[in-house]
Amino acid sequence: MLERRRKIRVLVAKPGLDGHDRGAKVIARSLRDAGMEVIYTGIRQTPQMIVEAAVQEDVDVIGLSILSGAHMELFPEILAGLRENGMEDVLLLAGGIIPVEDHEPLGEMGLNGIFGPGSSTKDIVKFIKDTVEERPFS
Amino acid sequence: MPSRSKREWREETLRPALERRPERLPAFATESGLEQDAVYAPSDLEEAGFDYRRDLGDPGEAPYTRGVQPNMYRGRLWTMRQYSGYSTAKESNRRYRYLLAQGQTGLSVAFDLPTQLGYDSDNPIAQGEVGKVGAPICHLDDMEELLEGIPLDRVSASMTINATASVLLCLYVAVARKRGVALSELSGTLQNDILKEYIARGTYIYPPQPSMRLVVDVFKHCSAHLPKWNTISVSGYHMREAGATAAQELAFTFANAIEYVGAAVNAGLDVDAFSGRVSFFFAAHNDLFEEAAKFRAARRLWARIMKERFHARSPRSMKLRFHTQTAGVTLTAQQPDNNVVRTTVQALSAVLGGAQSLHVNSRDEALSLPSEESVQLSLRAQQILAHETGVADVADPLGGSYYVEDLTRRLEEAALEHIDRIDALGGAVAALEQGYQMGEIHQAAFRHQMEVEEGRRAIVGVNRYVTGEPPPRGRTGVDREASLRQMARLRRVRAERDGAAAGSALSRLADVARSGDNTVEAILECVESYCTLGEICDVFRGVFGEHRETASV
Repeated sequence: MLERRRKIRVLVAKPGLDGHDRGAKVIARSLRDAGMEVIYTGIRQTPQMIVEAAVQEDVDVIGLSILSGAHMELFPEILAGLRENGMEDVLLLAGGIIPVEDHEPLGEMGLNGIFGPGSSTKDIVKFIKDTVEERPFS
Repeated sequence: MPSRSKREWREETLRPALERRPERLPAFATESGLEQDAVYAPSDLEEAGFDYRRDLGDPGEAPYTRGVQPNMYRGRLWTMRQYSGYSTAKESNRRYRYLLAQGQTGLSVAFDLPTQLGYDSDNPIAQGEVGKVGAPICHLDDMEELLEGIPLDRVSASMTINATASVLLCLYVAVARKRGVALSELSGTLQNDILKEYIARGTYIYPPQPSMRLVVDVFKHCSAHLPKWNTISVSGYHMREAGATAAQELAFTFANAIEYVGAAVNAGLDVDAFSGRVSFFFAAHNDLFEEAAKFRAARRLWARIMKERFHARSPRSMKLRFHTQTAGVTLTAQQPDNNVVRTTVQALSAVLGGAQSLHVNSRDEALSLPSEESVQLSLRAQQILAHETGVADVADPLGGSYYVEDLTRRLEEAALEHIDRIDALGGAVAALEQGYQMGEIHQAAFRHQMEVEEGRRAIVGVNRYVTGEPPPRGRTGVDREASLRQMARLRRVRAERDGAAAGSALSRLADVARSGDNTVEAILECVESYCTLGEICDVFRGVFGEHRETASV
């Protein structure tokens, strides 16, 4: 008998105080159209709020969108919170305005991918589907 | 004598030519999706019933389609106003003085996000945000440092501030009072446009109704005390950036403006006493003629709205004056020098459209905050347009172009349709409470993204003429020491002020907020007693509550 598999679950979150949600909303809708289960947090989320939502929604992927420049302060807190909650396996992606020189340190901290301006939603969908296995209902 | 119809030309001349030389695309449309014919002719204007006197008027005359000044830029060029601010008040002040020395003619102050949201720099929620996208301003000492050495009676200052607009205005006024500058001489602009924050920009604090009251309090205060101050800059820019089309940008902006003017009139202000101090802010996007037409349509729409809806009598109330910024969303991280070309064409549309002031974005802003060299290049683009190209020497140079007149008319009509829909929903506030504008903007943004991904919309360097080079490095972040110094200043101000005076000013503010009286005088007393921005906004949070977004996609 075929095992029933659940859809890939994605949290699209906006850490930081900026209100630029055009990208986050376009990504959320594209991932949903690609068959994923998407939870969008809305703007101005603290690291703690994002970690809580990720735990509560039991997501496979978190997409962080930030344009305020606070990513180097906020992302490490999100990563630490995920580790504390045993969620180090979650695929963590980011987009927005993240200067190139920050990409390497963010990768070392545990960020799995950065999709900046000009990225195609199809590439993001493919990256997620190639990386995350749909898993059985637990 | 009626001109030959386009139908005849199409049959006799165009069709045979198309058989030999087909067109590049199956259909042509403007950036915002308005259909484009192959050419425009006198017959297009005749068929639409074009009437020069009624639809254009001469420059400086109603409905001001051709410009609000009779001689436009022959008298005075537009104000070159590059938006800037970062790190600390001191650093930002250094930048302003540099820009003024380079020939910039007005200030445009960017505040950091905690300042825009009413949090002091040492609030835990401000972590990582202090001094990032603008200057952190928490109290009177910060504001004094921001404006040091800048002649407030000669330089006009534009402040991009909304939820906390009245607090920042009071800080500005308090600095002027300390220096003995007559308030009647202060000129500048407060963005003070809270409605578009709920729709697109996101820096709201309180729910819409009390926020509208704070906006109107500023109108009232300024009409009595600051006659040269623009009390609001009703902004389409951010809604356009979020995805709105040109027609939606016009419609959503004017729908908001109708709410503000209506609220002020309901609060007992005479429409002609304050409408002359209402200004606007639009985006300058890629489609040169559509954008120039948009600015012309905006002037005509506003003159008609003020006359027909609000029965304004003063010409000043009907004249639409606006700031323009080139479109940030068109900047690419790929091949960033291409952005210089884009922003120059966008800036040209603003000049051809008769803008009163202009900010040109910098080429590196899709990568990081702009470098000083990039900002200087943006200012130089403005100066070259102004002094070398001749485009500023004749009023409304596109007036009478069959194409541009047709676009102007169609944009006005499309905008009016959207305004009718918002009216039917109960006005801009009711519509945004139902998520109407946000939904429309999101649909348009998504459509745009799909067009880019499917190659139907070309972006050089992104989906055409792509090279494999990685984007260059941007400017490095603001140094962390600066935000530590900012917090130390804050602690010092709190320790050294007369605590009792600050406390009683705050409790008076709470009384006023609860009573419905004008809040501006009470805020002024707070800032002059060295209360901080965060303390003042906490009083309002206590009385008004906070707005929560209903996130949906």
